[in-house]
Amino acid sequence: MSETPNSYRTGPDERGHFGLYGGRFVAETLMPLILELEQAYEDAKADPEFHAELKHLLDHYGGRPSPLYYAERLTEHLGGAKIYFKRDELNHTGSHKINNCLGQIQLARRMSKGRIIAETGAGQHGVAVATVAARFGLPCVVYMGCTDIERQAPNVFRMKLLGAEVIPVTAGSGTLKDAMNEALRDWVANVEDTFYIIGTAAGPHPYPAMVRDFQSIIGQEVRSQMMEAEGRLPDTLVACIGGGSNAIGLFHDFLDDKDIAIYGVEAGGLGLGNPDEHCASMNGGKPGVLHGNRTYLLQNDDGQIIEGHSISAGLDYPGVGPEHSWLRDTGRVSYVAVTDKEALEAFQLCTRLEGIIPALEPSHALAHVTKLAPTLPSDNLLVMNMCGRGDKDVFAVAGLLGVEM
Amino acid sequence: MTTRIDTRFAALKKEGRAALVTFTTAGDPDYDTSLALLKALPAAGADVIEMGMPFSDPMADGPAIQASSQRALKAGQTMKKTLQMVREFREGDSDTPLVLMGYYNPIYIYPVEDFIKDCLEAGVDGLIVVDVPPEEDEELCIPALKAGLNFIRLATPTTDAKRLPTVLQNTSGFVYYVSIAGITGTKAPDPSEVHAQVARIKAKTELPVAVGFGVQTPEQASAIADGADGVVVGTALVKIIESSLDSEGKGAPEAVEKVTKLVRSLADGLTSSETVAAK
Repeated sequence: MSETPNSYRTGPDERGHFGLYGGRFVAETLMPLILELEQAYEDAKADPEFHAELKHLLDHYGGRPSPLYYAERLTEHLGGAKIYFKRDELNHTGSHKINNCLGQIQLARRMSKGRIIAETGAGQHGVAVATVAARFGLPCVVYMGCTDIERQAPNVFRMKLLGAEVIPVTAGSGTLKDAMNEALRDWVANVEDTFYIIGTAAGPHPYPAMVRDFQSIIGQEVRSQMMEAEGRLPDTLVACIGGGSNAIGLFHDFLDDKDIAIYGVEAGGLGLGNPDEHCASMNGGKPGVLHGNRTYLLQNDDGQIIEGHSISAGLDYPGVGPEHSWLRDTGRVSYVAVTDKEALEAFQLCTRLEGIIPALEPSHALAHVTKLAPTLPSDNLLVMNMCGRGDKDVFAVAGLLGVEM
Repeated sequence: MTTRIDTRFAALKKEGRAALVTFTTAGDPDYDTSLALLKALPAAGADVIEMGMPFSDPMADGPAIQASSQRALKAGQTMKKTLQMVREFREGDSDTPLVLMGYYNPIYIYPVEDFIKDCLEAGVDGLIVVDVPPEEDEELCIPALKAGLNFIRLATPTTDAKRLPTVLQNTSGFVYYVSIAGITGTKAPDPSEVHAQVARIKAKTELPVAVGFGVQTPEQASAIADGADGVVVGTALVKIIESSLDSEGKGAPEAVEKVTKLVRSLADGLTSSETVAAK
């Protein structure tokens, strides 16, 4: 365990480090651009006009603020904590990803970059990127693993409708890690005119901090919405973790409210026994360097990255954002894992009890809520980030439940 | 301290020709074929040997070298076996400089201190680690330099005048100029542009400059060598290994022969060309 810091909200340092984690581990070709991006982001942060434009887009195009909803029937069913959903699945494009994409496309325009690239796993980020690229008339290329293309077909078609080129990646197991490798290769080759919109709070500095900043609006809204609903702050926060952008978005504003218990839920796949069968990098991995940052990774003893497995394409990634790694080591956030099966059960429970079809990603957070809530008193205010809607998953879930469509 | 790399480049400068730097991946397509190839390279005309340490996620490499990395890992190559290969090579060759190229994670996991120690003991002369830029120098570069290994840095078309001193600082052995903005083996470099860039780098350092990332044919190598101290050829060699696999994907003995044949013609091309060093 690291020493307890005075504040959990001051990171990263000027070199992009969250304690041991983060940094800028990229090829030299990218370094000048990474430094340029860092400067451009610093300038944008200090520019009130940037914030005003972004707020306008978030409110009128993205649909913010998203509601904080009291999940009454789920609360009654579980018989414990009072459960609220932060409804980021109601955003334009159906997930929290639009928050970050609107921020980064504004930055791309400030930097006069004329071409947008992205990686995507579940396709939620890809759809959000294709959407903002269409909105601002910029050509867009999305890299997506071929396994994910198969299990998230509706999102592939959405991206194409939006005018994006979707390039299938066959390397590795054809999931998010491989898509990110390929996007990095594209970026290196087109560094002059291309802006890479990374979808999660990982990658080389300044991406982890930048994506977190753009997603932090989730937690900021929860703070004021909960004050309005209950007259006080929440007691418990729960969010799922792949790279961890929705989670850090919910958590960050509350990290220094030390009485609030915070849980990040990793994809436990078929169980944590075999490293090939889950994607819980913080529960079953160790620190390493991949995709521009040091963080917890699933890897073998020789430092080769293990593909992992999750039912959810959005969580099927062998790493995690570096700030989460640091929050894990400091003990501020508890990181747990739930299995594919538990997530699938939570998916069905929520659909029937609340009339909300969650994406398979937040179904992991929900599964942990079903375990946690009954252990808590009824005055415990629990907020779970409903970070995506499940429309994209219905075909895959039908298959898993043995239903022919 | 003078390393094999320094000695070799100084000798070639006297001869007035550029160094041929060959790249192959350690353990591709299997340990024995790869070692046989390694041993055959100096006699075929390789002046400096660059050997790739296979990694599951080679972000800076094109399809050919990605596939070679995957073949090696599938055949059971590990970091320890790569160092063992260097040891076995050194038993019969104490002069040819050997540089290991790769990505940081397997070194970090090794871990760094032990890796540097084992490199020195095995007879490695230098390291090229793609994803450790100067901003992260204290991770690996400084400890490697202190221990007596060369740390060879990549300079690229995006390394502008402002950044070049940062890249050159803490670089030793030679500077590796990446001739294209992109990944290995995907675009052909423009020789005149490369020569201008190499001249720009040479104005700021005494170190030799070798050029790589897009050089595939003897003609290209010869044209690039006219303005550089060395030429790196990798993808073209790795593609020969790929094309000589048998129907089960296993290495064939003629792979060594075919690769060394290309190395010989690359070397002949360099001998007949005049280098910057001689001018």
